[in-house]
Amino acid sequence: MKICTDFRLTESRHLSPVYGLLTLQSEKPLPEIHAGQFAQVRADGSKTTFLRRPISICSADPETRTIRLLIRRAGDGTAALLDTPVGHLINIMLPLGRPFDIPATDSATDRPLLIGGGVGVAPLLFLGREMRQAGLNPEFLIGARSASDLLLLDEFKALGDVNITTDDGSLGHRGVVTAHPRLQRPVSHIFCCGPAPMMKAVAAAAAKLGASCQVSLENMMACGIGACLCCVEKTVRGNVCVCTEGPVFNINQLTWLD
Amino acid sequence: MARLSVNIGSLQLKNPVLTASGTFGYGEEFADFVDLSRLGGFVVKGTTLHSREGNDYPRMAETPSGMLNAVGLQNKGVGYFIDNIYPRIKDCGSEIIVNVSGASPADYVAVAERLAPLQGIRAIELNISCPNVKQGGMAFGTTCAGAASVVSAVRRAWEKTLIVKLSPNVTDIVEIARAAEDEGADSVSLINTLMGMAVDVERRRPMLSTITGGLSGPAVRPVAVRMVWQVAKAVKIPVIGLGGITCGRDALEFLMAGATAVQIGTANFLDPAATMRVIDEIEDYCTRHKISDIREIIGII
Ligand SMILES: Cc1cc2nc3c(=O)[nH]c(=O)nc-3n(C[C@H](O)[C@H](O)[C@H](O)COP(=O)(O)OP(=O)(O)OC[C@H]3O[C@@H](n4cnc5c(N)ncnc54)[C@H](O)[C@@H]3O)c2cc1C
Ligand SMILES: Cc1cc2nc3c(=O)[nH]c(=O)nc-3n(C[C@H](O)[C@H](O)[C@H](O)COP(=O)(O)O)c2cc1C
Ligand code: FES
Repeated sequence: MKICTDFRLTESRHLSPVYGLLTLQSEKPLPEIHAGQFAQVRADGSKTTFLRRPISICSADPETRTIRLLIRRAGDGTAALLDTPVGHLINIMLPLGRPFDIPATDSATDRPLLIGGGVGVAPLLFLGREMRQAGLNPEFLIGARSASDLLLLDEFKALGDVNITTDDGSLGHRGVVTAHPRLQRPVSHIFCCGPAPMMKAVAAAAAKLGASCQVSLENMMACGIGACLCCVEKTVRGNVCVCTEGPVFNINQLTWLD
Repeated sequence: MARLSVNIGSLQLKNPVLTASGTFGYGEEFADFVDLSRLGGFVVKGTTLHSREGNDYPRMAETPSGMLNAVGLQNKGVGYFIDNIYPRIKDCGSEIIVNVSGASPADYVAVAERLAPLQGIRAIELNISCPNVKQGGMAFGTTCAGAASVVSAVRRAWEKTLIVKLSPNVTDIVEIARAAEDEGADSVSLINTLMGMAVDVERRRPMLSTITGGLSGPAVRPVAVRMVWQVAKAVKIPVIGLGGITCGRDALEFLMAGATAVQIGTANFLDPAATMRVIDEIEDYCTRHKISDIREIIGII
């Protein structure tokens, strides 16, 4: 069941000059939402923004009817969302797309590895929480340009071990996530969300390690519900809609490694 | 409450609000937001004889008050529609109109022949106006002879209601409409998307994989209203108007300019319940203006 309704912005947290975290309360009861699903958000505050903007759901609490969205200031639409005054209404359609597939079990020596970069960490926080609820022990590997771009670290640390890389070496290992020593050791399940070049590098690393790998794509969208066929990705089954068949894909469905 | 029912060929629609092909999937996608049985009807995605993968990504670019698309008629073919989709939607309580495309008149005829036995499909809309495919599509819709060749061939094979969807990418849309009418079309719908183009100046390349695409949304509305008005003055068959309709007021513009029914397209992406809102707002307008039958205002301009 999907809903499309007004949410009241109850909190807007400034995380850095480019990132912010919005907490929104729904007028209607929240449907069941899982990690990896996204929302189509109307940016009424921007006159130049015509279509809704797809944003991953970072957390959802049915009891308080609240969700959180982690947003990067990319252009006019996301800027308008980040600049919305607390108390204002934002129209949101959710939940859209298919969630991550969570493995049934793990072990002390083989924990699921969640790899994220930039704003791509949003669905991984939700995923980490769902894994903990399912009795698993997720481990994180988070990459950023610099220490100040690492978002919501405290919340990640509360869920599991966190490995860090930064481009400038200001925290954790210097370099990209795929150069981190954690990716030299065996792992069975990798979950990744971040910029496309990062996801492709992680997918290649996963293939080398023999690990399964789910990635969350960010193709441009119009409708978000499978009606316009604008958001397609090439897969082994031909062009499929990222908004309905994804945004989460197992890389064995994609043609990236061909 | 005002009487909203209108006729298109042998279809009697409970109200003049339809959806535009390619913007409403197969109806099911909107089931959480829309009571399909309240619609006058809906037009499903462009359907071809064989399945098509469509164009490469990126296929969409946002533009001022509109969008460009270059989907390129991705669909699984008429056989898949009949076997898998039609059984799921046939009892939705609303008219289902299939939008038909092809690369030759024989293709259009073959699709029409496959659809003819389906009780629940009482009308087809011939897409002779798609700007996003290399062969066929718009090629038929830009000359009178091309339009006539497709319409006359399909007319012989299809007895039920035949709607012909016109391209705005022509010098004189009126003469194409007349050609369709002369060959036996029961109705014409207009407009399909306007050919357009957008450039990503940072990357110094076109926004779409196909370079050009089709413009839709409120940006095209005044062009569409003008064309509907011109065509409605020139033909006797009912005209279906579309292009940038987002609310009841927009729909009423088309009705007053001469459209017997309207289609809602891109607006479904902004508000998945746009069609319901348009119906409500037309009803409100009729109440406010003491209109007892919607036909009182059709073509008053
Ligand atoms: C399933 C999904 C989940 C997403 N989750 C998040 C999220 O949790 N937080 C977040 O901040 N962003 C997320 N995005 C990306 C977000 O949708 C875009 O950044 C946003 O649409 C840009 O809109 P804008 O008006 O601010 O910028 P625009 O002016 O539209 O564009 C600014 C720049 O961003 C690029 N861009 C536009 N659309 C996208 C897109 N869909 N993906 C990537 N780049 C784009 C453009 O090429 C341009 O260079 C997600 C995208 C998808 C498809
Ligand atoms: C994403 C998209 C896909 C479309 N696909 C089709 C199609 O398959 N067949 C067709 O006849 N028109 C198609 N159209 C055109 C619309 O049906 C309509 O003519 C056009 O968008 C103008 O109406 P609007 O401004 O209300 O969207 C498509 C439009 C869009 C935006
Ligand atoms: S965004 Fe419309 S089909 Fe995916």
